Amino acid sequence: MLIKLRGGKVYDPAHGIDGEARDIYIRDGRIVGPQPETPTHEYDLRGKVVMAGAIDMHTHIGGGKVTIARNLLPEDHRGDPVASEGLMRAGCGHAAPSTLTTGYRYAELGYTAGFEPAVLPINARQAHMEMADVPMLDVGGYAMLGSDDFLLRLMASGTEQEVINNYVAWTLHSAQAIGVKVVNPGGISAFKFNQRSLDLDEAHRYYQVTPRQVLQTLARALVELGVPHPLHVHGCNLGVPGNLDTTLRTIAGIEGLPMHLTHIQFHSYGTEGDRKFSSGAAQIAEAFNRNKNITIDVGQILFGQTVTASGDSQRQFANVGHANPNKWVCMDIECDAGCGVVPFKYRDKNFVNALQWCIGLEIFLLAEDPWRIFLTTDHPNGAPFMSYPHLIRLLMDKSFRNDRLATINPDAAALSTLGGIEREYSLYEIAIMTRAGAARLLGLRDRGHLGEGAAADITVYTEDEDKEKMFGKPDYVFKDGELVVRNGEVVHVVWGNLHTVKPEFDRASIESRLKPYFDRYHTMKMDNFIIRDWEIEGDGRSKIMVHPCEGRG
Amino acid sequence: MTETIQPQVFENVPSPFCGIASDDLKIEVSGHRLKVLANGDAVTVPGFEQPLGDMTPRAGGQAAALDEAVNRAARLLKNARLPVFSGFGTDVNDTRAALSLIERSGGVFDQARAEAGLRNLLVLADSGWMATTLGELKNRVDVLLVFGSDIEPAFPRFFQRFVWPEETLFGQDTRRREVIYLGPSPGGSASTSPDGLEPKVIPCATDQLPAVAAALSALAKGASLQAEAAGGVPVTELQALTERLKQASYGVVTWVAGQLDFPHAELAVQQICQFVVTLNQETRCSILPLGGQDGDRTASQVCAWQTGYPTRVSFARGYPEYDPYHNSAARLLASGEADLLVWVNSHATTPPPAANVPTLVIGRSGMSFEQEPEVYIPVGAPGLDHPGHMYRCDNVVALPLYKLRETGLPSAASVLAAIEKAL
Ligand SMILES: [Zn+2]
Repeated sequence: MLIKLRGGKVYDPAHGIDGEARDIYIRDGRIVGPQPETPTHEYDLRGKVVMAGAIDMHTHIGGGKVTIARNLLPEDHRGDPVASEGLMRAGCGHAAPSTLTTGYRYAELGYTAGFEPAVLPINARQAHMEMADVPMLDVGGYAMLGSDDFLLRLMASGTEQEVINNYVAWTLHSAQAIGVKVVNPGGISAFKFNQRSLDLDEAHRYYQVTPRQVLQTLARALVELGVPHPLHVHGCNLGVPGNLDTTLRTIAGIEGLPMHLTHIQFHSYGTEGDRKFSSGAAQIAEAFNRNKNITIDVGQILFGQTVTASGDSQRQFANVGHANPNKWVCMDIECDAGCGVVPFKYRDKNFVNALQWCIGLEIFLLAEDPWRIFLTTDHPNGAPFMSYPHLIRLLMDKSFRNDRLATINPDAAALSTLGGIEREYSLYEIAIMTRAGAARLLGLRDRGHLGEGAAADITVYTEDEDKEKMFGKPDYVFKDGELVVRNGEVVHVVWGNLHTVKPEFDRASIESRLKPYFDRYHTMKMDNFIIRDWEIEGDGRSKIMVHPCEGRG
Repeated sequence: MTETIQPQVFENVPSPFCGIASDDLKIEVSGHRLKVLANGDAVTVPGFEQPLGDMTPRAGGQAAALDEAVNRAARLLKNARLPVFSGFGTDVNDTRAALSLIERSGGVFDQARAEAGLRNLLVLADSGWMATTLGELKNRVDVLLVFGSDIEPAFPRFFQRFVWPEETLFGQDTRRREVIYLGPSPGGSASTSPDGLEPKVIPCATDQLPAVAAALSALAKGASLQAEAAGGVPVTELQALTERLKQASYGVVTWVAGQLDFPHAELAVQQICQFVVTLNQETRCSILPLGGQDGDRTASQVCAWQTGYPTRVSFARGYPEYDPYHNSAARLLASGEADLLVWVNSHATTPPPAANVPTLVIGRSGMSFEQEPEVYIPVGAPGLDHPGHMYRCDNVVALPLYKLRETGLPSAASVLAAIEKAL
């Protein structure tokens, strides 16, 4: 079957195509070159905007803490019940949507892939089982390391990097992950020893290891293993006024190794002004612009009810006083990690929340290279992903942005430089941030672009002055060449695949350490910890896609 | 079976029955017979060794072909005004298939163990908690408080595996761990330390636990109580207990919700959770509720991620509606609102309760009935007859389940999917 998408305005930054009218041909789920025969289906897209399917490179869509959030918020679900309709199953939406609804709604926004950033290796099986129940999207996960006792013991005993590399590779394989994330390096473990904060160069009370050492060790491991996605870092001191300084030292401290700083908005706070809370966006953006080894996603907050779900039990516990509604869960998890789930209501009239909103937008607008910055709300931590069209409009439409700025807490607005920033993102830049750049960051060579050989994940929009409207309702979404959304509504349900990396490593040598470790200290056997391929592929819905480990392309 | 099969021995087999997911079992398989050779206990051995029973479905009391039974089941569902589904000793895939069918047939999802599970879940949704997992307990606990429960009968290997391990990550001498029972005295000796040190018991009648929990919660916050006793326990004793947990480095408070069988037990659980939260102002202390037998946690987890709600969900109006009181199968059957009971149990052979409405059973082979159901489709058990996945009580660790033998029995998931297709 040949499908022709005729004459759309194509935004394909991977190939430098910036709104040129092009035909695109699809055969067997892939984009192919011009074909002489008459297509089976032709879509006249003249005047429409065509992009690759969007990729959310940091979204909490599956795993233990997401389901804790679901269990925590029945009243939020009741506000957004979703009935079954045609092929679509029932569920619920808003802050912690059900897996099925998550998939449909992402597709309805033109997204074709989402990556769960906080896969605790011990809980990876659950993350995969939940992500398997997210339809429409390709998925993947970042395995969380850095507060696991096995790594901290290796580091505390001065074990050579090669052993750690083997352990990191083994974890990527065992957890079926595509990258490695570190959350509050060492701090989740330190909390179990009743240490309530851990700065970049502060020693872990038991292991005497510092966050800086954890970051360097893991970042180096990924480089040496050739894993395309750089170490994905949720740094120290999340949400703490003055953490701007920690973040700048973290950037310097990685000494040029590739590093991704996630939801950087939450790590960009100064202590100026009467309320000792100020924007550090300018300094962060300046450091970002200067350090080409650094990539970031923003974790923009948007006003309203949401829930924060994080592996950072230490910082989340420190924030439980802000829980709204007043309930929360924190957990220590299996000598592996932890989690904290705290509902939040960001209010535009609240000084801190309003300034957080400004800080995120300032970072977006001051960061010069769209290939290294990614559009996220850290769903659902800053806001549910359903607000992406609104966020895109804030970035693309200065007058809309300034109108909103006029409605927020006036003290926050007065302190922010946002009103003076002229920049408006272009469609081309949006396509970089949400497609081409995200695919490149993850090492997905056949996603995020519209060249020959790419998977036919394609989104078609009607151009509109109102970018929220435009991005909120695509005309068409194709997933692997199949039409799945028409006029913003799911018309066909598909199951996505799982993206992973499987770097080469010395399995026998690391398992000779791990097997006795599991037998002695864990509560399950090493063999049962490893997630086998049949567990992902057994029911025929998802396939495992393995991406090469040859470093960053 | 005519073929002769060499006995085969499997090691590191996870148990889907015990809620703490022991995965070190050694099991011998000869033909259809399973024998637990090592690391079994009073819960897992019967779970694995339960002999097979019916191999073919029955409809109206008569042997029926599978597709015949499936069609009959579909007809029952089609004609039902409000089918209520319960049982739910199932693995992840069986639960997925069940939820799909429940949604399609506009039914209600309940679990036989929901009443116990809700004693915790209602607290989670109302105020939350500070919790830990079995692996942290094993390596860190220094003081373990057992609240109103006798753990050993329900979790025979809990102490051996998690409280008295030979070594821990942090060099703790586990023999010096303190176990304190608040409530009934333990029946067995599993909680006695390897050195013979018996646990401290603070006796308290079960129905007095709410008053005691409330007192503890207040004491942790620094309140001074005017009364001399709370729930029959001297306040000085409760004050000392609070101090002991404040001095501990890593206290853990546990209970078996199924045993807190008194009205509004969730309020006592909530007070205990608040007690633990308050202790974390100074030290570390966590809860670790025990439960999860027969797929209780598994079905609840899958229901939560697919619908947003953990249990007792109705699809009667097309979308999931959570009502922990209204959507009880027992209540819906007693009031006459439900007109069909669908009993799904692929792990346990627990049969459905006698009901005044037609009953459809998708149940593990070996189930026997007081009252012959309208349709019975015997199925294999995940972890014995099919691969699968299950959750243990801490809701964090999911274990793979393996196929140990070839019985030809269909999985509950495949039967449920076939019924849905026939609808
Ligand atoms: Zn995140």
